[in-house]
Amino acid sequence: MAQERELILAFETSCDETSVAVVENGNRILSNFVATQIKSHQRFGGVVPEVASRHHIEEITIGIHKALTEADVTVADLTAVAVTYGPGLVGSLLIGVTAAKTFAFAHQLPLIPVNHMAGHIYAAHYVEPFSFPLLALLVSGGHTQIVLMTAADQFEIIGDTRDDAAGEAFDKVGRVLGINYPAGKEIDRLAHEGHDVYDFPRAMIHEANYDFSFSGLKSAFINKVHNAEQRQETLNRADLAASFQASVVDVLVAKVSAALEKYPVQQLVLAGGVAANHGLRDALKETLATRYPQTRLVAAPLPLCGDNAAMIGAAAHVELADKHFAKMDLNADPSLEFAWQA
Amino acid sequence: MKSITTIGAEETQALGQQLAAHLQAGDVILLDGDLGAGKTTFTKGLATGLGIKRPVKSPTFTIIREYQEGKLPLYHMDVYRLENGGGDELGLDEYFNGNGVSVVEWSPFVTDELPEARLVIHLTRDEADDDLRHFVFEAHGNRYEQLLNQLEADRHE
Repeated sequence: MAQERELILAFETSCDETSVAVVENGNRILSNFVATQIKSHQRFGGVVPEVASRHHIEEITIGIHKALTEADVTVADLTAVAVTYGPGLVGSLLIGVTAAKTFAFAHQLPLIPVNHMAGHIYAAHYVEPFSFPLLALLVSGGHTQIVLMTAADQFEIIGDTRDDAAGEAFDKVGRVLGINYPAGKEIDRLAHEGHDVYDFPRAMIHEANYDFSFSGLKSAFINKVHNAEQRQETLNRADLAASFQASVVDVLVAKVSAALEKYPVQQLVLAGGVAANHGLRDALKETLATRYPQTRLVAAPLPLCGDNAAMIGAAAHVELADKHFAKMDLNADPSLEFAWQA
Repeated sequence: MKSITTIGAEETQALGQQLAAHLQAGDVILLDGDLGAGKTTFTKGLATGLGIKRPVKSPTFTIIREYQEGKLPLYHMDVYRLENGGGDELGLDEYFNGNGVSVVEWSPFVTDELPEARLVIHLTRDEADDDLRHFVFEAHGNRYEQLLNQLEADRHE
């Protein structure tokens, strides 16, 4: 049976994680090496592209070695190589793309290009198999989208942010509160200790579309803190965090609900870095249970919400079945996006 | 030096739209202001003025977003992440010397990469009224003095 094992060596370097994984048959993680640069970026209050690229270079060959060793496979066992080619920071993407191309060329393996956002969605595929059509809420530092999947390799955007991504709003508000990058986890924790007392705006919540806007919320938050400072008042940090998070969660849940009215699918995938937010997970779970019992929440496992190569390997499995291979001229595409629904 | 105050996001966008009418290839505009000062709102208006229909999203995550669909390409850059350097490796000069209009947020983080001729717009939120935004325009070079005169003439019509 050994020859029926499909083994993909997957690379992910789109932002500040260097990750290499070995995935079997698209649904089993044999290894998932992740070197994070968060410690180094905390000093800077965010990702520094040049620093990120250097870290990727330092980690990537170590990552290949560790991923293969831990998976207990040799190069000869591999079926294909997969890599994130966008979206992301161009300097970071290029390290993964170059490493994957070199590896594939040297070992005569097919090269599978993967959209990072497809990878995020496929992180949830490790929880249960997908049934189509399905909806996915993708929330991260760079994206806030509702995606309709009509087949394993068909992704259509039906809603998107008009300005800031949800994760970006968490990080920027975190900066105002003096919370280190990335701020999402700490705001989530604080929010559970506070109450939604400041009643921040819920932008676009009543508009008849699936789009988002978080820039106004960021401004309202800054104004609130700034005005209190001028009056020499100190606001309760937990209440600020709870009020901010409640606004973000309310809007996300409302737009997902509107999408479910139009597309009563069986599965709602929740993925991306902000998918780790407990407030969001709980609110979606409750909304589905009470209003959309036909729809199951398929949330990406917590360890796979952030960037990692295992999710890229899962998405690549679908592309491998379609024989969507890249040539050796594959380039990074920092602005890569799914298409809007026609 | 020229100052303008806007009331509300719509007026801020309208100002961006007005400026866009006079822009040409190679123009470099720096938007300096704190979080929530209205930089992205102003840029949205500017993009509308260039005939760009796609929503202008925050470029913080990817640093540069390009919009090619308007009468001029728009290169929207946010170097917020470059507070501690690294701007010299991004090839920003290729954008500044390119065929479009460059709008740069948080430009003090990449001072060394900026062209000498440029329009600097300082944005501040009013201390007392959250809806008010103060714009101070600072032209460096003839091209931008001319641009400000055109904007002024426009607003006096």
